[in-house]
Amino acid sequence: MRRLLLGLALIFMLVLPLWGNNYIIRLTTMMILYSVLSLSWNFIGGFTGYPSFATASFFGLGAYAGAISQLHGVPMYLAWIIGGLVAAVFAAALGLAILHLKGHYFAIASLVVAEVLREIVNSWTDLTGGGMGLNLPILRLDVDVQARLFYYSMFGLAIMTIIAASYVSNRRLGFGLRCIKQNEDAANMIGINTTIYKTSAFVLSAVFVGYAGAFYASWVNYIEPGDVFDILLSVKPIVMVLLGSAGTVVGPVVGAVIFLFLEEMVWRNFLTFHVGVLGLLVVCLILYLPDGLLAVDFRRFIHLKGSR
Amino acid sequence: MLILQILVNGLVLGGLYACIAAGFSLVWGVLNIINILYGSFIIIGSYVAYFTYNYLGIHPFLSVTIAAVVLFVFGYLIQAGIINRVVAAPVLTTLTLTFGLELLLNNSLLVAFTADYRKVILENPLGILDMGGIIVPLDKLATMALALLLTGLLYWVLNASRIGRGIVAVRMDREAAALMGVKVKQIYAITFGLGAVMAGVAGSVMSVIFPISPLNNIVFLSKAFVICVLGGLGSVTGAMVGGLTLGVIESFGGLIFGPEHAMTLSFILLILLLIFRPTGIMGKKGYE
Amino acid sequence: MNPILQLQGVTRHFGGLTALDNVSFDLRPNEIVGLIGPNGAGKTTLVNVVTGAYRPNAGQITFDGKRIDSLKPYSISRLGIARTFQVVQPFPKMTVLENVAAGALFAAGAKSLESAKEHALEHLEFVGLAELADSPASALTLADRRRLELAKSLAMNPKLLLLDEVNAGLNPVEINQSLHLIRGLAEKGISILIIEHLMKVVMSACYRVIVLHHGQMISEGSPSKVASDPRVIEAYLGSRFAAQQKSNAL
Repeated sequence: MRRLLLGLALIFMLVLPLWGNNYIIRLTTMMILYSVLSLSWNFIGGFTGYPSFATASFFGLGAYAGAISQLHGVPMYLAWIIGGLVAAVFAAALGLAILHLKGHYFAIASLVVAEVLREIVNSWTDLTGGGMGLNLPILRLDVDVQARLFYYSMFGLAIMTIIAASYVSNRRLGFGLRCIKQNEDAANMIGINTTIYKTSAFVLSAVFVGYAGAFYASWVNYIEPGDVFDILLSVKPIVMVLLGSAGTVVGPVVGAVIFLFLEEMVWRNFLTFHVGVLGLLVVCLILYLPDGLLAVDFRRFIHLKGSR
Repeated sequence: MLILQILVNGLVLGGLYACIAAGFSLVWGVLNIINILYGSFIIIGSYVAYFTYNYLGIHPFLSVTIAAVVLFVFGYLIQAGIINRVVAAPVLTTLTLTFGLELLLNNSLLVAFTADYRKVILENPLGILDMGGIIVPLDKLATMALALLLTGLLYWVLNASRIGRGIVAVRMDREAAALMGVKVKQIYAITFGLGAVMAGVAGSVMSVIFPISPLNNIVFLSKAFVICVLGGLGSVTGAMVGGLTLGVIESFGGLIFGPEHAMTLSFILLILLLIFRPTGIMGKKGYE
Repeated sequence: MNPILQLQGVTRHFGGLTALDNVSFDLRPNEIVGLIGPNGAGKTTLVNVVTGAYRPNAGQITFDGKRIDSLKPYSISRLGIARTFQVVQPFPKMTVLENVAAGALFAAGAKSLESAKEHALEHLEFVGLAELADSPASALTLADRRRLELAKSLAMNPKLLLLDEVNAGLNPVEINQSLHLIRGLAEKGISILIIEHLMKVVMSACYRVIVLHHGQMISEGSPSKVASDPRVIEAYLGSRFAAQQKSNAL
């Protein structure tokens, strides 16, 4: 049943650009981008249990790495890969520095890094354009074609991320990460090199995000520090994963879709108060849906014959 | 001479910082919750001072009492009604919850008061103290003194009153405290309320110096973080030490790097501390 | 015969407290050796130091010919040392089978998760937990949790097994079953160091006994020799009692 639903969803996503208008395509591209962010966070947050707020750092780094590359003549797709690699290398280094911290300390450290990076980028005007941001040249393509090009590119990234998540989940790495999450001392004792495992999860949480950041830069043609290092880029994926159930492969995607749908509704109806309403949604989520949607037994609401 | 001036500036600032951090540290140390709402609590305190001064003529140093009451009730209700439900949950859950609450609160403040920066402009400023070439505005000095006094008051409450001992007991060992008859959930609500009080009075006192706007929430919150990590968690003395240290560091940092980089400087300090010495200057391990 | 584990002058401080003081002994292959001593003697610290949870402040530890005192816990477990914890440390949300499979996968180096699970089932059968293979680890009784700990350690394919008070909290029937299992392990060729308070276990199962007191080794030898050693009696029962014993014997 699940496979059927997934298959249908996949087909739906593939043919969407054929009938959707540019607004819908743009919205869906954003949805897919956020899915990549939440799927990525799941590696370090859901599987390993480390509350990382570093997603904004990776996204911003990827965005600037990609944008700067492009401005120096690197072709777009290659610039995206560079964005991913830069974020990955940074994650490896950062991981070695802060993954020995636990709980709040780790969360704060990962959060603050984005702020520091933002300030550095803001000040390094020669390289990054500072507070005035970077402008990227618009592709010389038809608007409709562009919209679809970006849509399918992001879709491809999402598929790669899902495959990575699935692979990790079912193999040794995922098993080890789950052990670390449940009892890190015991994991050490049982032969898991927790440093390598945690760092791998952290790098995985960065590489696709970095790529997405570089993609974002090319897509919107203008980036500035406050935009791509925004703390909400770290918080929203977490909320999405919590909404859809952490530690599962599909949960983050479900959460992303529902969250963004809600956000779009809220944005249209509560212009000045939409951040507040989002806050309210988050609070309700934590209080009433602590294990996420996928953990809810929907069958309780449907009477099945002979189920008693 | 300049160095001494900078040092004095830093210490004066630091006294204020100590007051800001004391409440934050208390909540973090006892409930193991990072109160993301803290910045907005401070700002509410400032608004209380601002409006009572402009409409009722009450000096901010006196309206701290009003701010204290308002914020205690507010904080107590939030903890009792909302946060107490998830108080044993993992870090991610509580952090996201207070984050969501803060989004709600800050947005409400923006809608209610707009983002315009306001300042309490005292009709009768106290003047300037000149100590052989080192200049300290008396208003700032009075602010610092009051801030330290209030921090000292918190210290006294924690050590001398029954409620205070209950709070310390819960901090040390929650289960043991419960077995001794301490109503843990109520203590939590009171502690959170006390933390809010400290934020409110700090904001009230500060309204004389810093501009008031809901946009400042992150600035105050970050300072509170850094001070807690610097000075160690859960103790008023730690907040004191951390606050004074940060004040001095910011003062000198502002001189060397320029004031606009002050926050980044404290963040870099924070990261370095977390990597190499999470227990801070005093070396006492806080909650993880 | 070369010793499988060798401690030479191992010392470990914690702040002002010396938990281990110049401890030296050998463990020969296939031995069951008991480690006894009053509470706070340093027994668990010894196990922690051998398994790499703490590094010794002084001294050397050699396992199977290799220096291990500066290695990390995961390396040491891959070399073939396994331990059980006094307070059992399972992975609570995983099934019993998965818990044991973890040992097979990471320490023993099983080729895949599937083969790890197969090996895990064998070990579960050995300790008698096979029926509970799919239960969550957190749902087990104390005695079963002890068996799970044991199965997990076995899955790691150890040459040396360190048992830390495996029998605490068990009733006499369960203790007998436990003894039976431990002897079975020795027959399989695993060397065992067992920390115990129960004299019955120590006397019947151990070939040799080592006694720690205030971090120092005060006696070593066969169970009966150690039991009548005046220094051991003094450590457990106090100097007045020991003096009384002495005067009674005269």
